[in-house]
Amino acid sequence: MKDVIEGRVWCVGDELDTDQLIAGKYLTIIDPKELRKHVLENVDPSFSQQAKEGDILIAGENMGCGSSREHAPAALKAIPLGAVVANSFARIFFRNSINLGMPAIEAPGVRAIFQPGDTCRIFLREGRVVNVTRGKEVSFPPLPSHLMDLLEQGGLVEKVRQELKRSGAKP
Amino acid sequence: MSAPHAAQGTAARGGATLSQKILSRASGLEHVVPGQIVDGRVDLAMCHEQGAQAVLPFHQMEAKKVWDVDRVVVAIDHWVPASTEGAAQLHQILRHFAQEQGLKHFYDVGNHGICHQILAEHGWVVPGDLAVGTDSHTNMLGAMGAFAVGIGPTEYAAVLALGKIWLKVPSSIKVEVKGKLAKGVYAKDLVLRTIGEVRCDGARYKAIEYAGPTISSLSMSERFTLCNMTTEMGAKAGMVPPDSKTFEFLEKIAKHEMHPLYPDADATYERTVHLDVDGLEPQVACPYSPDNVRPISALVKEHVKVGQVFLGSCTNARMDDLREAARIFKGEKVAPHVRFIVSPASTSIYRQCLKEGLIELFTDGGAVFTNSSCSACFGGNMGILAPDEACASSSNRNFPGRMGAKEAKIYLMSPAAVALTAIRGEISDPREVL
Repeated sequence: MKDVIEGRVWCVGDELDTDQLIAGKYLTIIDPKELRKHVLENVDPSFSQQAKEGDILIAGENMGCGSSREHAPAALKAIPLGAVVANSFARIFFRNSINLGMPAIEAPGVRAIFQPGDTCRIFLREGRVVNVTRGKEVSFPPLPSHLMDLLEQGGLVEKVRQELKRSGAKP
Repeated sequence: MSAPHAAQGTAARGGATLSQKILSRASGLEHVVPGQIVDGRVDLAMCHEQGAQAVLPFHQMEAKKVWDVDRVVVAIDHWVPASTEGAAQLHQILRHFAQEQGLKHFYDVGNHGICHQILAEHGWVVPGDLAVGTDSHTNMLGAMGAFAVGIGPTEYAAVLALGKIWLKVPSSIKVEVKGKLAKGVYAKDLVLRTIGEVRCDGARYKAIEYAGPTISSLSMSERFTLCNMTTEMGAKAGMVPPDSKTFEFLEKIAKHEMHPLYPDADATYERTVHLDVDGLEPQVACPYSPDNVRPISALVKEHVKVGQVFLGSCTNARMDDLREAARIFKGEKVAPHVRFIVSPASTSIYRQCLKEGLIELFTDGGAVFTNSSCSACFGGNMGILAPDEACASSSNRNFPGRMGAKEAKIYLMSPAAVALTAIRGEISDPREVL
């Protein structure tokens, strides 16, 4: 994982819940590539067609509130987005994102300094989100070390695999 | 009851909340503090259809065996019986995995129910437990005096492999309730009122701990309703300390040993919300958010018409809910141009309704009484709404698109209010007929 993430910005508002990210009718889909076709379709139908690798989604308060469905971050990761940055996150969405290896950055005040199409640069370890287009920035408390480790390993699957390997290797 | 696993010596450090107590027991640490990250030993792991998404990561982790097959419950509920090919595949993946791993506690079609209700009525979660489930309303089991938390499927795969989960110890909001609920006013109205106060994000990363004389007076079913909708405040967990009602409820059904824990009298809460339910009127969460809560009298004045009425979901489809709705609906008919869907929370509740004549009572009046499932609640199976429709519902969420079209309007209320609304075709106050 890179320490600096840069990408083109998409914006969504406050309280973007998981029903809006991926509607209930798509919950029987497992393949993330299929899911990405429907992500945010009730909010911004152009998103699933036009979002491209490395783009960054900037959200307001309580991003991803609602259900535990991993379909929501899985669909965003399938684009694959570079990161999701929000004023604040709902906890299961936040956890699911990190578990899938997609950086989720909580940076209070970040939504206000971005417009769609701006360029965003995130300094993960320094804890800064910069709007390169407009010359503005906000800071955030960097992720705790165990979450940084999780991201560096590419997510929870790899972390657990390593852990099981280590414990299995013991006599 | 004693509290054998309570953290020792907490007095010197200041008291501990129930969340701290349970997470210190789960992590084997003497004392834990909010913000601390701990590895908790899991007492019970539950999945519904979303568990199918855990199978691939479980194998990618190169995990061989589930850590403890007697701590794992599979309870399919969203599409039962399978209504689409996709759902059938999810069920099949789960059945194969259960077979491969020897998972015996699989509540399959015919023995099914909403996952949280299955955990509750079979005693799978007991006081002091750390429970996880692949559904956000896993919070409901906090009514057992447990720390019950919703997780995603990749995380669930990790729990199956390791039997543990990392958790940040949350700070707690104490919701202290006094007063007596009036006739026609229910636990649902209390929790809606609480959500209106705390808001949808007011308890993010935090636990809600209920306390006070009103809470003690509530039945287990009512406590399930209260804890269920702590999710709608963003809470990581919601709980009621165990008491004689909890122990009585679990006496014959508890699946493993109880470790009752209680908050210390001098526990530190982030804040305390004081509510007095004396004089509380029925509440309604209006579109498009569970925290857009208004007193029902305001809606009655506006003559809010509905096309569909739903009595179901993990929040409010237990026997007491269905009996109370039946009390109002008995001998009545569904209003013209209204569809009334009744879906019990489990198959055993379905059977009990059959015994008590409730299925006849509802269907005689023109309702459709379905088998147990999440039903219309989540907009993916049945009871889907068209764009210009409104629905009165005893469920827990009313976000845009929750039950179908993004424009459709969902009003959340108690089962009694739902029943009267079905009869009149517009949002109605159950106190008028009780």
